[in-house]
Amino acid sequence: MLSRRCSVCSADASSNRFIARYTTKFKVKSNAIASWLLISFFFLPLSAFADLGFNLPKGVTPVSQNIYDLHMTIFWVCVGIAVVVFGVMIYSIIFHRKSRGAKASNFHESTAIELIWTLIPLGILIAIAVPATRVLIDLENTDKAEMTVKITGYQWKWQYEYLDNGVKFFSNLSKDSRERSEMGKVGDYPDHYLQDVDNRLVLPVNTRIRFLMTSNDVIHSWWVRDLGVKQDANPGFINDAWATIQKPGVYRGQCAELCGKDHGFMPIVVEAKSKEDYAAWVKEQQAKQKAAAAAGDREWSKDELMVQGQKVYSSTCAGCHGVTGQGIPGTFPAIAGSKIATGDVKEHINIVMNGKAGTAMQAFGAQLSDSDLAAVITYERNAFGNNTGDLVQPATIKAAR
Amino acid sequence: MATTTSDVQIDIDAHDAHHGPEKGLLRWVKTTNHKDIGTLYLWFAFTMLLIGGAMAMVIRAELFQPGLQLVEPQFFNQMTTLHGLIMVFGAIMPAFVGLANWQIPLMIGAPDMALPRMNNWSFWILPFAGVMLLSTLFMKGGGPAFGWTFYAPLSTTFAPESTDFFIFAIHMLGFSSIMGAINIIATVMNMRAPDMKLMDMPLFVWTWLITAFLLIAAMPVLAGAVTMMLTDRNFGTSFFDAAGGGDPVMFQHIFWFFGHPEVYIMILPAFGVISQIIPTFARKPLFGYSSMVYATASIALLSFVVWAHHMFLTGMPIAGQMYFMYATIMISVPTGVKVFNWVTTMWRGSLTFETPMLWAIAFVILFTIGGFSGLMLGIAPADIQYHDTYFVVAHFHYVLVTGALFSIIAAVYYWLPKWCGRMYNEKLARIHFWWAVISVNVLFFPQHFLGLAGMPRRIPDYATQFADFNMISSIGGFAFGSSFLLLTYIIVSCIRSGEPIEDERVWESAKGLEWTVATPAPYHTFNEPPQKDKILSESSHVGAH
Repeated sequence: MLSRRCSVCSADASSNRFIARYTTKFKVKSNAIASWLLISFFFLPLSAFADLGFNLPKGVTPVSQNIYDLHMTIFWVCVGIAVVVFGVMIYSIIFHRKSRGAKASNFHESTAIELIWTLIPLGILIAIAVPATRVLIDLENTDKAEMTVKITGYQWKWQYEYLDNGVKFFSNLSKDSRERSEMGKVGDYPDHYLQDVDNRLVLPVNTRIRFLMTSNDVIHSWWVRDLGVKQDANPGFINDAWATIQKPGVYRGQCAELCGKDHGFMPIVVEAKSKEDYAAWVKEQQAKQKAAAAAGDREWSKDELMVQGQKVYSSTCAGCHGVTGQGIPGTFPAIAGSKIATGDVKEHINIVMNGKAGTAMQAFGAQLSDSDLAAVITYERNAFGNNTGDLVQPATIKAAR
Repeated sequence: MATTTSDVQIDIDAHDAHHGPEKGLLRWVKTTNHKDIGTLYLWFAFTMLLIGGAMAMVIRAELFQPGLQLVEPQFFNQMTTLHGLIMVFGAIMPAFVGLANWQIPLMIGAPDMALPRMNNWSFWILPFAGVMLLSTLFMKGGGPAFGWTFYAPLSTTFAPESTDFFIFAIHMLGFSSIMGAINIIATVMNMRAPDMKLMDMPLFVWTWLITAFLLIAAMPVLAGAVTMMLTDRNFGTSFFDAAGGGDPVMFQHIFWFFGHPEVYIMILPAFGVISQIIPTFARKPLFGYSSMVYATASIALLSFVVWAHHMFLTGMPIAGQMYFMYATIMISVPTGVKVFNWVTTMWRGSLTFETPMLWAIAFVILFTIGGFSGLMLGIAPADIQYHDTYFVVAHFHYVLVTGALFSIIAAVYYWLPKWCGRMYNEKLARIHFWWAVISVNVLFFPQHFLGLAGMPRRIPDYATQFADFNMISSIGGFAFGSSFLLLTYIIVSCIRSGEPIEDERVWESAKGLEWTVATPAPYHTFNEPPQKDKILSESSHVGAH
């Protein structure tokens, strides 16, 4: 389990030898194993040096590439100024020191010089502001969009609605990432740890896409670096941004605005496909949505409800109420043994569907299908020791809407 | 102690000799002496610095590697929130007020602050506010967990119950700051030696005078923001709730209308400190004194018209983004003037590198690096990629830690011998300097890379590609954190058993009225104001040094 790879020198053996020499040299034989473990622990998650990212990526949209160029321009301007200013300072530190016999001059004023070093930086700033303004105007213009995706932030997941074809779904942190991110878990990290989701946002390439951002609760911020898009999702307001993705691929990002407990656990995955593949994907999604709606019209068995309920619970409810239904005392109530989950079914359905005003409990009636709601309520009433034996059928939910 | 009125009139020196501080602990509760209150402020700030630093250690320990090892996300958010609040309102601001209390009367030839009883009050509010803020950690639902910027509605509808205590604590901290600021303005305006013109004042006094106006203008805005939060939470208003006709983005406008001047409140006095130290150890008058004063004033004015550069991604109209971008990058002009002036002050000087000078030089270099990343962040389109990432975290820690905090440490090394009449251990102080300055860069420099690589701020757990730099940063963090144990030892041993100094002028080339009083500085100074010739010969910005 312990990775013994040192990323700094990207060599296993040599670092081992160094550590071995170090530990024996100081005669800590009895502690050698302990220090070994300690040192290995320090280097545990270090991956190969090549993985280290030092800079922004160029990205795959015109906006992200423009931003990259702008970023590099300002960076080199800053480096240039730094070389001059620090150069003069270091020269002075070396050559104008008292220990070298330097005698202090007494000059202390020059309007001409002050004027020069006010005007030159001003000129540099104007030179930066011109391209910056050009990029800004371009990225703020969301006209002529060929399709629109509405993105809604929730604590702590994203909802995507394709306004042109009716496809809509939630995107949650992937199951393996959620399990690995539990307190005290050790072991290997799953691929794309914390940057993987259950349902990806699939988009076509070479299409001018408009994004509309809003939020259901607190402020979130939808950020995918390679697309050059980061935009706050404000509750009650709609913001917009646009992207034309030039290369098929998978692009990852995550929420950028502190949105509560699981702010670090609401990733974004965009999958850019060719236009044909995208059209096929849309068809598939529409068929799936139809099937899900039909599933609400039949009777479900308890096993079916419990299996589906656990799925829905872990993606939708576990973030607050905990994987084991214990909640967080003082912040999020427990499901296990709760008055609502063991009391009147109607009240339970009501709070799940309509939420509770003034708290983080959302109105899931608008988010989940009849069958998912029925399943998760059944699950909550029969899991975590809540053995009420109650079954809730999709038809009951339909009636409650 | 039992001096009669006639004694005072006959012999001021004799009065000095037997009117010392009160004995016992009550001295510190009842004191109206600017030096006592300065000391109280500084020790309070130092305590808060250690508490806020301990929270930073929790943060860096959790971020040492991916996965959750030590604290739950909700508690992690409480740590980042309280770390920020305590460092800003508990450590940096009170430390500067402490320096102002000690130094301003000494530097302008005044016997004390203009409003000594209010001075006592403005200090003694602080410990209660600080304790109230910290006590939220032990309340049901935990302390504030919405970041030090406490954006609504996370801080209103979705906040823990303890938020009302947080609001009250902010109100009290605001009262304290406003009273402190009024006192400083009144002192500089009314208590200055009659022969000292405004343009004779040392730059530390100038920067503090301007800062005090910023405080008076900005703190009530913060009080307004938290009051609106209070009524939104408890009395059914909807200032920040779109469902009731309000606007969550308005909260950010109000907050940053306070918040941006606030960051200059934390850096202008630092400019003042550095402008005192560099001439002393360059043995040369400060270059461009009047341009320094004008630059400070223009930074202060600009600070009120750039607030929305913190909000480029909130959905501002394009005209707004352009205006705030142009106004923001304009600030680098007067700030640049300051840096150029400091460098030119060193140019062809006769430099020595005692500890205060080492910190001052580190300040100029590292603060400038923070300024560069600030310029980058000010470019609205580029901010799309930097906003709310570790790039921002690196930026504001370069300006606040290696900027504001470094200047405070420099100031303490510079003036502590005058205050207590004893010298610190120069060798240990050098070790401390190099330890801190190396580790602080190991701590914060990699955070630039983390931000550019895509790591958002305020997350307790992160994707594995961020692991390496986080580990390096954490190691730097532990090293920097532990350097403060050494600093504590250096300061305490200096005060208790440092080598006694007799010279009035602790540093051979130091200029300023504070160096004309006895060492250690007597309890009462400048019962008679200094004369014009003395003021001019002690000026650190005119004449031979």
